[in-house]
Amino acid sequence: MNATGFNILSLITFFPLAGALLIAAQNPVAKGNARWIALYTTLFTLGASLYLWANFDYANPGFQFVEEMEWLGASIRYKMGVDGISLLFIVLTAFLMPLCILASWHSIQDRVKEYMIAFLVLETLMLGVFGALDLILFYLFFEGGLIPMFLIIGVWGGKRRVYASFKFFLYTLLGSLLMLLAMMAMYWHAGTTDIAILLTHKFPREMQTWLWLAFFASFAVKLPMWPVHTWLPDAHVEAPTAGSVILAGILLKMGGYGFLRFSLPMFPLASQDFAPLIFALSVVAIIYTSLVALAQEDIKKLIAYSSVAHMGFVTMGVFSFSVQGVDGAIFQMLSHGLVSAALFLCVGIVYDRMHTREIDAYGGLVNRMPIYAFVFMVFTLANVGLPGTSGFIGEFLTLVGAFKANTWVAFLATTGLILSSAYALYLYRRMMFGPLEKRSLRAITDMNTREIVVFAPLVLLVVLFGFYPAPLLDVTAVSVKKLVSNYEASLKAQRADNGR
Amino acid sequence: MSELALTFQPLIPEIVLVAGAMALLLLGVTRPETEREAERICWLALAVVGVALWRLLAQLPGTQLLFEGGLVVDDFARFMKILTLVGTAGALLLSFDYMRETRSLTFEYPVLVLLASAGMMMMISANDLIALYLGLELQSLALYVVAAIRRDDVRSSEAGLKYFVLGALSSGMLLYGASLIYGFTGSTSFAAIAQASKAAGAAQNIGLIIGLVFLLVGIAFKISAVPFHMWTPDVYEGAPTPVTNFLASAPKVAAVALFMRVSLSAFAGVAPQWQQVMSALAIASMGLGAFAAIGQRNIKRLLAYSAIGNVGYMLIGLAAASPEGARGTIIYLVVYVAMTLGAFACVLSMRRADGMVEEIDELSGLAQSNLAMASVLGLLMFSLAGLPPLAGFFAKFYVFVAAVKEGLWPLAIFGVLASVVGAYYYVRIVKIMFFDAPKERFLAVPAKAGLVMALTGLFVLLYVVWPAPLVSSADAAAKSLF
Repeated sequence: MNATGFNILSLITFFPLAGALLIAAQNPVAKGNARWIALYTTLFTLGASLYLWANFDYANPGFQFVEEMEWLGASIRYKMGVDGISLLFIVLTAFLMPLCILASWHSIQDRVKEYMIAFLVLETLMLGVFGALDLILFYLFFEGGLIPMFLIIGVWGGKRRVYASFKFFLYTLLGSLLMLLAMMAMYWHAGTTDIAILLTHKFPREMQTWLWLAFFASFAVKLPMWPVHTWLPDAHVEAPTAGSVILAGILLKMGGYGFLRFSLPMFPLASQDFAPLIFALSVVAIIYTSLVALAQEDIKKLIAYSSVAHMGFVTMGVFSFSVQGVDGAIFQMLSHGLVSAALFLCVGIVYDRMHTREIDAYGGLVNRMPIYAFVFMVFTLANVGLPGTSGFIGEFLTLVGAFKANTWVAFLATTGLILSSAYALYLYRRMMFGPLEKRSLRAITDMNTREIVVFAPLVLLVVLFGFYPAPLLDVTAVSVKKLVSNYEASLKAQRADNGR
Repeated sequence: MSELALTFQPLIPEIVLVAGAMALLLLGVTRPETEREAERICWLALAVVGVALWRLLAQLPGTQLLFEGGLVVDDFARFMKILTLVGTAGALLLSFDYMRETRSLTFEYPVLVLLASAGMMMMISANDLIALYLGLELQSLALYVVAAIRRDDVRSSEAGLKYFVLGALSSGMLLYGASLIYGFTGSTSFAAIAQASKAAGAAQNIGLIIGLVFLLVGIAFKISAVPFHMWTPDVYEGAPTPVTNFLASAPKVAAVALFMRVSLSAFAGVAPQWQQVMSALAIASMGLGAFAAIGQRNIKRLLAYSAIGNVGYMLIGLAAASPEGARGTIIYLVVYVAMTLGAFACVLSMRRADGMVEEIDELSGLAQSNLAMASVLGLLMFSLAGLPPLAGFFAKFYVFVAAVKEGLWPLAIFGVLASVVGAYYYVRIVKIMFFDAPKERFLAVPAKAGLVMALTGLFVLLYVVWPAPLVSSADAAAKSLF
């Protein structure tokens, strides 16, 4: 089963925690140490996750690198493993973390040690979410992430940080507690919480409906879907730059991942029943939040609303139940993980210099910051979904999938593409072009080496995956095919039952 | 060994406690009345608890009936007694620094604590209505006095009086219920009551059911379940903080254990009747605990409402009326005792040069003046809010899992909703400590409180790594009730 011969998933997951402990053991005044330890820890984790990818068997649709241990008594065990769906999220998490640490290098001066510890603990919990193969273990990681994120927003956030952190915390908690009850019901029905076994377990139709709704409560908040998205703009705006990056890059993806891992394969009948609801909410999210984004005066808020719109494509793709749609949803999540993370980092660059996120405070930046303007351009276009950037592939595939399932949904969602270019280009024009009129901007400096180092891999990957998406699609291909065929098989079985 | 010795063998821990209390009482009377002497007696009392605990741990598993079935010593009793003694030891350890500083350290305090814990152990082992009442009163009388131990302090005296009056009322109800039960079953023994309750038509036996309800009300007073909770916030606030700590930990364990034995063993036959009572108590306690705590400014009052809410969650396990439910309640108690001791160790460390402070706002910015204490209190608060991967999550997990198995959906859903509301006020304390601007520093944390904080903090944090031992011993304890 395990090609590497040791428990590599546990190593990847818990290595950041070890780094956090090391930082905690450091002399309290040594700020620099904390930064370097955090950076090395996250880089090592990235290396280990790439090693995991290198040893991944593309042809195997099942779970790989599986580890199992006694944990909570007989039927709830510590079980980790990855398949084509989860592997790339682990790599994405490990990839974004060093960038976050670098981005916080100078902008965080206050309580650096605690900041780095919070981030490393958060990394462990996020990696655990994608690696867990047991319901309770998954829940542990999923919900545990609230603690460090709450502290990151609340301690290092902006002016309304307390409001934003509470809103984030309570919203997410409420959703996931209902999911916990559903997990308990699944445990008593199937006698196990092993995800691999639950994937083949057939829940009765009536029960599926309730379980689906409970999981939906959690994932819809996390993703977030309209109308439970209102915590996101607040949390994004108030969080420090790296916190926004993690929120947009990873935490939102947990919702989409949850739909793919639980809702779709475990409750196929309910998924089919509720697909129209999801389509409706997705279309509303795409169009409505794009319109809302047009009216924003705060750069971060604008990007936050655009995230909600992009997540609409994800849910639409997942619930199209086609290989293209699901592939596209995963690709869209990964691409959005890179693009939105990069956009928040871009905001962080000017925020570090000017300490404001008002769009009106900027203008004509291209005159003083040519490199920055170029980088921002790349990600703006990727956000719009211009062919040749990774954003295009995801949106295109989800639209193809949706077109097969429901033409009207695809049609309406496409209008969202037009709106997204409207708000993104409008933002770009207001910030970058025009004469440099504001006095305060005259002394602004272009990106320095550290910042270029942060952005270079992001630019490279966004363009690379735009032209050549195969490295990502190959990983997911077999697992997605299995997911979709299992789904169709269980629907067919149900129809046969009805026919009798 | 003679037959007499064999009979008393399982009771050695209780005998150690009572004999120790008597010896310390004599010692205290004969020694000069100074604080040094009182502190020495405190240490000796701690040693007595230690010896009792050691004898308890040395006992072998299995069930023994003593005094013609009046007392029972089984796995459940042993587990709960160990927990009670650990709670007592923790409370004693946290007491003396505070008592010395407030000039209220007297030798009677440790003696009364020992007597109270002897009463609790008897409650846990009670297998007869008479034994139940004797244990309960021994415990309660000692606690009334302990709550009023600061005679010259108005708040403390008021707390003691309130506790006494309402406690006496509840004892009266309990006695009335017991007499009805005796009248309608013809016996005070739990074994005979269990038979009567299993007989056909027991559920229609009005006298038995009314007696049961009165009995439950009496015990509900002791565990401060809503609507019999009115005394709790006032007593918690008024009593000296170490006494509050004691009231919130060990006696809760004993009373919940008593609740479990009465309902699950003695009245197993009429479970559907008392399940409704438990559900109602649970829902009311969780709801009130969650909402009433939001507006509190005093940390002791907040912890009182938190205790009320926590009792609600424990009762979920009881309402399930199954071995899984009993297991959930037992695990909840263990985690609850650890969290309570830790939280009070933090409250007892809120000291400034001009005395103790109890306002929650005084914790403002603690993360910047004392990160270690802020982290422990923060962990405890997240754990009380039931967030994974902390121990408080597992406590809630096991009671909810039992409720879901029995199909008690309203109870489970109300429970999770209440816990979101509860999370708000727990997390608000984290917010005050971590987000707000620092205030004047506290004095250095006393060594004993620091020790308790470290131990409970580690327990709450690391429970997730090795949960199996607690689960399996709680499982064994729960099974011995059925």
